Amino acid sequence: MANSVVRIDKRDGKLAMAHFYVAFAALFIGGLAGLLQTLVRSGKYTLPAGIGYYQLLTVHGVLLGLVLTTFFIIGFLFSSLSKTAGTLSSKRRLAGWIGFWTMAIGTTSTATTILLGEASVLYTFYAPLQAHPFFYIGLALVVVGSWISGFAMFTHFGQWKKQNPGQVTPLLSFMAIMTMILWLVATLGVAASVLIQFIPWSFGWIETIDVLITRTLFWYFGHPLVYFWLLPAYMAWYVIIPKIIGGKIFSDALARLSFVLFLLFSIPVGFHHQLTEPGIDPNWKYLQVVLTFMVIIPSLMTAFSLFATFELYGRSKGAKGLFGWFRMLPWGDARFLAPFIGMLFFIPGGAGGIINASFQMNQVIHNTIWVTGHFHLTVAATVILTFFGIAYWLIPHLTGRVMTKAMNRLAVIQTIVWTIGMTFMSAAMHFAGLLGAPRRSAFSTYGDSAQAMEWVPYQIAQAIGGSILFIGIILIVIIFINLAFFAPKGETEFPVGEVSEEAEKTPMLLENWKLWVGVLLVLIFIAYSIPFVDMIQNAPPGAKPFKHIL
Amino acid sequence: MKKSKRVKPLNDVLSYFMRKRLKKEYENLKGEVAMHLHKLEKIWLTFGIGILIVFLIIVGVGAFAMGHKPASSIKTIDPEKVTETAPFDNPGLIHIEGNKYEVNLVAEAFAYTPSTIEIPKGAEVTFNVVTKDVVHGFAIAGTNVNMMVEPGYISTYTQTFSKTGEFLVLCNEYCGVGHHLMMSKVEVTE
Repeated sequence: MANSVVRIDKRDGKLAMAHFYVAFAALFIGGLAGLLQTLVRSGKYTLPAGIGYYQLLTVHGVLLGLVLTTFFIIGFLFSSLSKTAGTLSSKRRLAGWIGFWTMAIGTTSTATTILLGEASVLYTFYAPLQAHPFFYIGLALVVVGSWISGFAMFTHFGQWKKQNPGQVTPLLSFMAIMTMILWLVATLGVAASVLIQFIPWSFGWIETIDVLITRTLFWYFGHPLVYFWLLPAYMAWYVIIPKIIGGKIFSDALARLSFVLFLLFSIPVGFHHQLTEPGIDPNWKYLQVVLTFMVIIPSLMTAFSLFATFELYGRSKGAKGLFGWFRMLPWGDARFLAPFIGMLFFIPGGAGGIINASFQMNQVIHNTIWVTGHFHLTVAATVILTFFGIAYWLIPHLTGRVMTKAMNRLAVIQTIVWTIGMTFMSAAMHFAGLLGAPRRSAFSTYGDSAQAMEWVPYQIAQAIGGSILFIGIILIVIIFINLAFFAPKGETEFPVGEVSEEAEKTPMLLENWKLWVGVLLVLIFIAYSIPFVDMIQNAPPGAKPFKHIL
Repeated sequence: MKKSKRVKPLNDVLSYFMRKRLKKEYENLKGEVAMHLHKLEKIWLTFGIGILIVFLIIVGVGAFAMGHKPASSIKTIDPEKVTETAPFDNPGLIHIEGNKYEVNLVAEAFAYTPSTIEIPKGAEVTFNVVTKDVVHGFAIAGTNVNMMVEPGYISTYTQTFSKTGEFLVLCNEYCGVGHHLMMSKVEVTE
């Protein structure tokens, strides 16, 4: 195991930092859009300067759901590979830069069309609403750029394996590659949809589009997308956090096994986003519901491993009683506190997810703001707090600086502010959703309908939560700028956990990539082939574009 | 005479995987996992997976034995000829027999036709909804009626109204700049 204080190669660090600059800029602008949305929905505020609510909503979704996450994750994965599988070769680093610039150009193209008001189609861009062609081209470039970086990662990992035959690969690198394989397989669906259907259709080269096919391909991508966000957080939980608290990784084999299970069961499950849709046989929907619930198994494994790590550490420090170990954890260390609170948010987040995917129960909450509340717990609390926790050591590690005590205190405050804001906003969203309040809608009393009036107090609570969260965004941006440019020079550790001596040897089977990708393809084939052929064979006439109603 | 071999490509592919790979590897994996699991983790996972199985059985029984499935109609319609196609050329409430009713609705940006539906209490109402333009989300707040309406498909769901009162019908899938103004009403009367 490499010495964790030794800085990763400066040139690799620069590549990762480029990704982080974009990610945090996206966080600020997307967060501002989010604040304005909650204010509009309180009914007490009107947007100035002809900005549209749905334009803002598109900015929020695209910047936070696609740009922030993808850039941050690729930066983190490159850093992890450089740290644990060795410095990148100059060719691969160049590929990383080409990937970065392709993604950056794509983001600019998409952002321009949104700002011009030509693409208020939200980040799901459901046909037959039609955006400007450069909205879709930009998204395609973001995906292609991520593939270029992904291939650089795959070949880098392959080289490590060639140089270390028969050895177990570094856990952090293994997880990075798993995450990237998941992304590659998932994005094939949305790329096919954008390249074959949306781009030719938006240029007018083809007259109509098959709505159900585009939606199915979107959700084939859309669910693994959330696991693409979650897996890097799991990397930090499994490998980084044990080192930060001074403990050991509970089991290398179980960590790998849970990543394998996440890979297998996060893709053939997209129908659980389409449960109330026409054109899909309910038996196939139910099959994918069953497959969806398989991810509960690795989630349970993860919860067990993490709390085992915490308890073993606490007891090694002499903790007594059933929960005495809890007090031994480093609560004052933002690198631990932020991800830990993220883990706690995942308990209600995961439970809500089980409700959402429960076949007929989905009708109760489908497209209500309950769903928005749900993914703000999972992505905007669990994942993002973990990413903040990563930034607190990774940014200074890459820039050759140290986080001061004052900055750590500010980061602890940031975590608390975020927790309070998100609790308010997400709880209010869940309750309003149960009463039927829709997601993705501007303020409306629906002609002073008695039912809609009941939602208003919850919408005001959302605005309070949103405002508190925006204070959190300002704080994290201050911390990021400090760590990137102003913090004192010095050495910061890249914490990579070691496996507990008591853990058993890792079976090589878990490294059998061909097997796992093979099983994944079989599962996708089983879950999708028949309903997909059915959709094509029994398709209604295609849909013409609609642009004037945006 | 030589017996011709039946070609079953899917079977062949699967059995290749089963024979040559999966079976052996699965056995290996099972052994390895069982060996690696901590005793407490085994209890935890057994309990968790047990609950999961019970849960899926309950959802499945609700769906397939008791008929409570989400809207999944496969009926199609030409999206450009909605207003010329019966029954959507004359949308509204139709009495079928006894307490059975049917409502045919047309959705478009940003309105439903009809804009008010009167239903007697206790009626079992089948909603058939189509769209003339983009995707909409047909939902009746305070009920289980919640389904996607997509161009080319007729979405259908049946709901019994056992309480009187006014229910808000709204669109819960973004459909354009006036999305939040799109609505209708169900009035359930004695």
